[in-house]
Amino acid sequence: MGQRTPLYDVHVNLKAKMVDFGGWDMPINYGSQIEEHHQVRKDAGMFDVSHMVVVDLTGDKVREFLRYLLANNVDRLKDQGKALYSCMLNEKGGVIDDLITYYMTETWFRMVVNAATREKDLAWINKQAESYGVDVKVRDDLAMIAVQGPTARDKVHAVLGSKSQALEDIGVFFMREIGDMAVARTGYTGEDGYEIMLPVADVVTFWEQLLQAGVKPCGLGARDTLRLEAGMNLYGTDMDEETSPLESGLGWTIAWEPAGRDFIGRKPLEQQREQGSSNKLVGLLLDGKGVLRNHQKVVVDGLEAGEITSGSFSPTLGKAIAFARVPKSTGESCKVDMRGKLMDVKVVKPPFVRQGKACI
Amino acid sequence: MSNIPGELRYTKSHEWVRKNNDGTLTVGISDHAQELLGDLVFVDVPDVGSTFDQGEDCAVIESVKAASDVYSPVTGEVTAVNEDLADTPEVINSDPYNDGWIFTLKPSEASEFDGLMSADEYSAHVEAEEH
Repeated sequence: MGQRTPLYDVHVNLKAKMVDFGGWDMPINYGSQIEEHHQVRKDAGMFDVSHMVVVDLTGDKVREFLRYLLANNVDRLKDQGKALYSCMLNEKGGVIDDLITYYMTETWFRMVVNAATREKDLAWINKQAESYGVDVKVRDDLAMIAVQGPTARDKVHAVLGSKSQALEDIGVFFMREIGDMAVARTGYTGEDGYEIMLPVADVVTFWEQLLQAGVKPCGLGARDTLRLEAGMNLYGTDMDEETSPLESGLGWTIAWEPAGRDFIGRKPLEQQREQGSSNKLVGLLLDGKGVLRNHQKVVVDGLEAGEITSGSFSPTLGKAIAFARVPKSTGESCKVDMRGKLMDVKVVKPPFVRQGKACI
Repeated sequence: MSNIPGELRYTKSHEWVRKNNDGTLTVGISDHAQELLGDLVFVDVPDVGSTFDQGEDCAVIESVKAASDVYSPVTGEVTAVNEDLADTPEVINSDPYNDGWIFTLKPSEASEFDGLMSADEYSAHVEAEEH
């Protein structure tokens, strides 16, 4: 038996198909993954993401600490509640994890990291935090629900009633606290919506209220096709400790300026930037039949040259899409070895879909 | 528990087979198989007139999760294929034993059909695979 979130019994009662996800028993779907996908693109769906790890960092030197810990620069966080996506790198410039940091106060930043990397992330953060006198507190007392889709905000506001006033003018990529609940306008689907952290004791009631408001439960299956369409990387699949952000389509998350800011992994990354990284992460689109799958080989100019890191069927486009790591010189098309047959695919720039609309 | 109609025959690889009045056999995948695969998105059916040996792969089914081969339950020649699956592969999910049929075969060895599993045998096979 794996670990269970506070919503485990709720999922089972909703007839979810439960699977092991990094040691957690999580819902993969509640019937049809494709219907759940469309639900989020067209209306509103919710995901139990309570397995993710909320970490509160406090101390007088917390900003200075994060300036060193993260490849993106927390000095971009000037307004209270603002969120920043970043990679946390090792000394070789490989990715330990990707995460979101929220600026709560000048002595308190909140981080949300992946469940599968929990132990190594915490060990690394604790090790680095020591010399800054930063306190690292894991908030296992909080559960988290992501409510996503074009009507997601309206539906959450309806559930919150008068308390939703605080959210009327919340900006994209901002968090606001409402009592003991923290509501962030972030997500992993390419749609508008919220990620909501709240006390474990309140999460079942809140989930039921969202259900009543017409928000449909969605599993990790739909979450994966939604994030792939939205051009968002998945840690452990699209990048890991052996790959740098530059080879993972995440160059935009590295804050090179100011040049004087030292952060873990900076030197090897600079070297890679000067010499030019040999690989890049691109989007692939298959016009014909079939589905692109993780680990299928990519053939460029007759040579096996790359590999699909995430491949699936795009319910919005009705075609197979993928991310693949390929040589930097790869042009506008290549071939993929699909079960022994070489199929032509187009090389495209993700995202494939944003806010319900195809972008390729 | 998945639906396993008593009047059909089955294979270990989760195809079902129905004997028609004209002697042809209709083939699809079981309710249990479609459940395991999840939402289907493509079905690659065989060409009419092509011939297959018993156990030879003759069609490919792709779901969001995985690609899976369909194996010919007996030796024979394909006499018809379900063209609707090109546009609506999901009927295999919603109605695996009727609208979700995949192809029909004219068998060349009558004895091969008799050797296929009964519903009870298939039910036991599914249970054994799950444990």
